[in-house]
Amino acid sequence: MSSASTVTTDLMAAGPPATGFWRRALRHRSFVLGGTLVLLVIAAALISLVWTPWPPYDIDIAAKLKPPSAAHWLGTDALGRDIVSLLLVGARSTIMVGVIAVGIGLTFGVCLGLVAAARKGWIAELILRMSDFTFAFPAVLSAIMLAAAIGPGMVTSITAIGIFQIPIFVRVTRGSANAIWAREFVLAARASGKGGFRITVEHVLPNILPVLIVQATIQFALAILAEAALSYLGLGTQPPQPSWGRMLNDAQTLLFQSPMLAVYPGAAIAIAVLGLNLLGDGLRDLLDPRLARER
Amino acid sequence: MRGSANGPLIEVADLGVRLNTSRGAAQAIRHVSFSLRRGEALGLVGESGCGKSLTALALMGLLPDSAVVSGSIRLDGRELVGLADADYCRLRGNRISMIFQEPMTALNPMHTIGHQVAEPLRRHNNLSWADARNQAIALLDRVGLPDPAKRVDAYPHQFSGGQRQRITIAMALACQPDVLIADEPTTALDVTIQGQILDLIADIVAERGMAMILISHDLGVIAENVERMMVMYGGTVVESGPTAEVFARMGHPYTQGLFGARPRLGARKGTRLKTIAGTVPELADLPSGCAFADRCAIVEDRCRATLPAAVEVGAGHQVRCLRTDVAMADSAGAVRS
Amino acid sequence: MSIFLLRRVLTLAATLIGASIIIFLVLDALPGNAAQMLMGADASPDAVRALTVKLGLDQPLLYRYLLWLKGMAVGDLGNSYVYGTPVLGLIAERLVLTIPLALLSMSITVVLALTAGIYTAANHNRIGDVGVMSLTQVGIALPNFWFAILLILLFAVKLQWLSAGGFAGWDDGIWQGIRSLLLPAISLALVQAAILARVTRSAVLEVLREDFVRTARAKGLSKREVLWEHVLRNAMIPVMTVMGLQFANLLAGTIVIENVFYLPGLGRLIFQSIANRDLIVVRNCVMLLAAMVVTVNFAVDVLYAFIDPRIKVHNL
Repeated sequence: MSSASTVTTDLMAAGPPATGFWRRALRHRSFVLGGTLVLLVIAAALISLVWTPWPPYDIDIAAKLKPPSAAHWLGTDALGRDIVSLLLVGARSTIMVGVIAVGIGLTFGVCLGLVAAARKGWIAELILRMSDFTFAFPAVLSAIMLAAAIGPGMVTSITAIGIFQIPIFVRVTRGSANAIWAREFVLAARASGKGGFRITVEHVLPNILPVLIVQATIQFALAILAEAALSYLGLGTQPPQPSWGRMLNDAQTLLFQSPMLAVYPGAAIAIAVLGLNLLGDGLRDLLDPRLARER
Repeated sequence: MRGSANGPLIEVADLGVRLNTSRGAAQAIRHVSFSLRRGEALGLVGESGCGKSLTALALMGLLPDSAVVSGSIRLDGRELVGLADADYCRLRGNRISMIFQEPMTALNPMHTIGHQVAEPLRRHNNLSWADARNQAIALLDRVGLPDPAKRVDAYPHQFSGGQRQRITIAMALACQPDVLIADEPTTALDVTIQGQILDLIADIVAERGMAMILISHDLGVIAENVERMMVMYGGTVVESGPTAEVFARMGHPYTQGLFGARPRLGARKGTRLKTIAGTVPELADLPSGCAFADRCAIVEDRCRATLPAAVEVGAGHQVRCLRTDVAMADSAGAVRS
Repeated sequence: MSIFLLRRVLTLAATLIGASIIIFLVLDALPGNAAQMLMGADASPDAVRALTVKLGLDQPLLYRYLLWLKGMAVGDLGNSYVYGTPVLGLIAERLVLTIPLALLSMSITVVLALTAGIYTAANHNRIGDVGVMSLTQVGIALPNFWFAILLILLFAVKLQWLSAGGFAGWDDGIWQGIRSLLLPAISLALVQAAILARVTRSAVLEVLREDFVRTARAKGLSKREVLWEHVLRNAMIPVMTVMGLQFANLLAGTIVIENVFYLPGLGRLIFQSIANRDLIVVRNCVMLLAAMVVTVNFAVDVLYAFIDPRIKVHNL
């Protein structure tokens, strides 16, 4: 091909030889920034397991709605609980819901997607139809239904978010897997007698890993947003378990008195999501140059 | 502004193109000079990455915005280097046209072929849609598309590769340009169609007295379609001259390698294919001297110092090599290995 | 075209039926005895029994499901367990707010996103592009309800230009109604617009890389002409896909935002009904939302056929 952009892109693609993943990664702005933010959130969650400035569940009405001070770095909420501690423990619910929900989506979605790619025909059709169908129910809607049926809670939100992740992974997996199946080295493997399962495990799966990793970070970000929305609505993590979304809800009634209370939890959510998005972008550029979009 | 009928239509002098690659600036084209008269067909041959497409794009003014062009390109005496895009737009498709290698993707799938062929007519000749459409039908007929009056409202995906290439030819020639640049027009087509398309191009070019630059990596295509040829390597023209002359007495070691590398029908079984040792250098890594130095069997130190000047080795036949005396001593063809 | 349309309509019908089955199963089969929940744990078994019969909950599941389907066809969705009034009426009076909100939000989104997306693609890698892209990068990370709260902080608390919630109703004139919908619509729209802008930008950039763009330039078209006449139509296909998918998010977002601003729309109706254990209302609301999502996606699918000649002609 000889368009100006592809000629020059080809030239530019003949770039530096592979200098090792980490060296390139650490020079990539999005990756570094995103990774830092994500590590921050994970660190917050981990730290909260062993230490918080104040016990997060301790109610101290006398100390309610205090502004930031040396004792309470970000102040206290309406029940006198320390904001920083609540944020740290809230990180835990956020991450947990995200990991489990994406885990559900990945496990089932990837398996179904691989099957759909390996066995064309009615099975693939069925899987696709069913996953398309799930698109009609965004996480919030599913959570509402589940909450109405079995009551709100972390399990409800995890289930709702997780189920919604599955069709996305099915589509992405199937799409990339199909591309691999069409490649010649797979044809060669089939010609030499390898079965679908072995080909899937040995050839398809390793080649689609980059796509899956990138998608997983994106989905993680979406899961966090969904969980926050559900907690805000009262359908997710229930008290006394701290949750960033619910902290926002509590803060809303006090907007005129303590406006900052509404800022911190939202900022925490935004930081986590931003970090994951940047990380996903960085991973996409680093793991597979063919995936890299023009920035 | 039509210049004298006998003066060169296109004059390229010391053309240089510098691109911004991920590894810094790369001088992708260096010291390219040639001229083209009306009615002349010039061939440009070389491997991928040698800069032949870039040269064509430079002539069309379609290089990326970050490219820096030096030297001069004159169309009928008018300087094109540094021309504003708005002015260049009036020339493209109008005085100078280009067709590309991939006919399958060259057309917009959302518009009918009639619309796309009529587009340059509307833009440059200010025709109404109705008039442009009629002319489009006539053009499609000229390029050999069957049943053009009906097919004019069809969409690109309803045509085969060969037919789509005919359509792009119709588009390129709609406004009667003076110059046609054909960048590997048949490489992506079946062998059986290749001949037809090349003949079609040759016919129309001759009929209208146009000048043509034909780019190809296929020596056979070059041999049969152009009177003069240039061989490019590493961003420079390493050899140029009348086709018959160059084919008979190759001057540059690279040209000799190219010719020698063609598989021969009827060769004895077990004959190894000749290759040129080494690989094409990346444009960001081009040395300041002769680009072929690292792969040349008769290289000397002075070859690497500066880019060799073009040496006249025959009538209109020039070679950029310091060792033409040695290289052409073996003018039977093969590089001494 | 007719076969294409027929297939799509059948798929639509099947999806709707499938959705209704799932919704019915989750909301009517799963929860156990709705009458029990309505009356509370200490109610006498006789009272519960009486209510069960009155609400028709003693009938077999399949019968109740088919009754519901029939009801949807004729417009009788049953009566609220709590109020006794027709569900259809309850929903209708809420839609008067939710639908304008959704439409207003969608319009803002489309205008902002398409403008930003095309602008950044046309100015690729220049300051305008980098600036807007950074903004959208932050934009897609913001929870829309948080953004709404921040807007309330700014416009209602600090500046006091707009109220922090509530709906003035349409009786005082269109402008008053829109005024109360402005903050909600903007908070919904901005995050969606950030996503759509990025999609638009990358769609336009993808198309700009296509060979036919080079051909168009070689014919003498200026960059602007190429953008408007060749690129946009092609780029609209992936953009429309995303817009269709975003509709589901829009509805979900509307539910959340209505709660932020205390707007008496469909979202709040659902929540109140969940709190009241008024499952029949929940069931019908959810069905309505699901039906809207599925129908919009169906419409997008069909729209492709009108825009993309490869589909249109192929199926004629």
